[in-house]
Amino acid sequence: MTEPLLSVRDLCVDYVTPQGPVRAVDRVSFDLQPGEILGLAGESGSGKSTLAQALLRILPPPAVIRGGEVRFEGRDLLSLEETELRRVRWSRISMVFQSAMDALNPVLKVGAQIVDTLQAHTDLGTDRARERAAELLEQVGIPRARLDAYAHQLSGGQRQRVGIALALALEPELVILDEPTTALDVIVEREILQEIRQLQRARRFAVLFITHDLTRMLQFSDRVAILYAGRLAEIGPASVLGSAPRHPYTQGLLRAFPSLHDAPGVVRTSIPGAPPSLASPPAGCRFAPRCAQAMPRCSTTGPALVDIGPGHRVDCRLLD
Amino acid sequence: MSGPLHAPRMGPIELLWDAVRSDRRALSGAIILAVFLAVAVFGPHIVGDATALVGIPLQPPSWEHWLGTNGQGQDVFAQLVVGTRVSLAIGFTVGLLVVLVGALVGVPAGYFGGKVDGALSGLANVFLVLPGLPLAIVIAAYLPSGPVTLGLVLVVTGWAWNARVLRSQALALRRRDFVAAARVSGESRLRILAVEVLPNMTSVIVAQVIGSTVYAIGAQVGLEFLGLGDVSAVTWGTNLYWAQNDSALLTGAWWTFAPTGLCVALVGFALTQLNAGFDEITNPRLRLERAWRTFLGDRGRGVERSTPVVRDHD
Repeated sequence: MTEPLLSVRDLCVDYVTPQGPVRAVDRVSFDLQPGEILGLAGESGSGKSTLAQALLRILPPPAVIRGGEVRFEGRDLLSLEETELRRVRWSRISMVFQSAMDALNPVLKVGAQIVDTLQAHTDLGTDRARERAAELLEQVGIPRARLDAYAHQLSGGQRQRVGIALALALEPELVILDEPTTALDVIVEREILQEIRQLQRARRFAVLFITHDLTRMLQFSDRVAILYAGRLAEIGPASVLGSAPRHPYTQGLLRAFPSLHDAPGVVRTSIPGAPPSLASPPAGCRFAPRCAQAMPRCSTTGPALVDIGPGHRVDCRLLD
Repeated sequence: MSGPLHAPRMGPIELLWDAVRSDRRALSGAIILAVFLAVAVFGPHIVGDATALVGIPLQPPSWEHWLGTNGQGQDVFAQLVVGTRVSLAIGFTVGLLVVLVGALVGVPAGYFGGKVDGALSGLANVFLVLPGLPLAIVIAAYLPSGPVTLGLVLVVTGWAWNARVLRSQALALRRRDFVAAARVSGESRLRILAVEVLPNMTSVIVAQVIGSTVYAIGAQVGLEFLGLGDVSAVTWGTNLYWAQNDSALLTGAWWTFAPTGLCVALVGFALTQLNAGFDEITNPRLRLERAWRTFLGDRGRGVERSTPVVRDHD
């Protein structure tokens, strides 16, 4: 295997509350190869967005990164100085935010925002930058005449496309998609994901794709990581996880999602219970209280990812 | 790590005390202000009649007269203490009234818009164009002199800027989704204004009250210094007026004006310091950030842009 583009080791993130710190991301490790699409799934509050924002260190207070390593192109982002970090942000790692409406400045024309981004990191002249902005818009399927539109004049799908154009403006090596299609309908969602896929094939950038839509993620990603209550439950190739998941949580998730190809009469089953409070998580495996296959030692031993296949690791005592 | 995540419920007073206690600046402001308030309430009963002629005029400070005597032979310390009550009373009353009038005009203007805004904004704009201090001097010169007149003059000339600021706040808030949600849920317009919109402005309003109070104390002392107050009353401003009248600067009688000037400056300082504490009460997010800052301690300095990294072995 080649040197990974991004290598996260034992990353821990706390939210500091008046009652003490709450661990939102707990010892998460994974690698991302150049040009690879890694899906990151989990329910609300599982730490997906926290993890993504911690990589760029853009988490607002009261978040604190408590340990670990984030190596990107050979450098540890967690020990970079402010100025070096700023150079990495957007030009090497960019992000498409959940809400395009909030990510675009309402009083600036979208073209101006792309031009600003280009000029902040390169020495392009205004005319060249505008031309480049127009090309970027066309790449994401927006006519160049829309350079002079304001965010409120665009539809939700168009705004999200502008967000994608902005993210690709500086040809980054890694693009983080933080639930980029949550606010869109399924048809627009599909179009946009296909477009990202095409651009990704042409430009060979890596993608960290965050979503709670497991089906979408399995279609879109090369590999998939499942987060549960701040911990990595299972990570592996999308094809393997989709057909033969090994963690009881992943299995439960997949059983709960309907599929067009199900035989008639298949009954969907949900996972009983609710995720634990991160303020007082269960000892041992965090999924144990909801797990049908839990054994006594599940609630005592801490996390230990077990290698069970090529690139496939599972945090489950059943597989020891 | 255990226990419920939600903080114990606290009333506004407890929140205020909690915020003030944990912020060194707010605490210093609160202590200074508390001393002045105590002096204003109890002082006059202790020092007795400040207008009594107690000795030879213009004595320098001594054990008998802590801050010496003024040009009439009155005790400067007693005058300072008695003056505190009137000056602070006018200052706080005017500070509150200025913002109250400003809110009554500005908030409906911004929230309702249209004709209401046209009329109310027009009114505020007229008062903004009037030059405040000269107008105050003219009005004060024509009305019967006294603390009430003075307060009235300051409210009339001071409210418009606050109205302007609150109008723009209301304008921004009325387009927010939670206001639309409140409207859809059938809340009346006045209730939305009072319960949904106003609490979002608390920090601005408190800052305005504090700023206006500082302004009111300064302007009132200034007007009285010019002789536009009731010169027979004992206030900080008339103290300065009489010091000037007795040529204190020429004769070098610094004790007749320096302590008063210092008090005016100290009250202004204390109020400004206190403002920092109020921000936290009105903004729940800042309250949470306090735990974060405490946790980071010295490591938190200068890292406000990127998420800080704190390893256990640090």
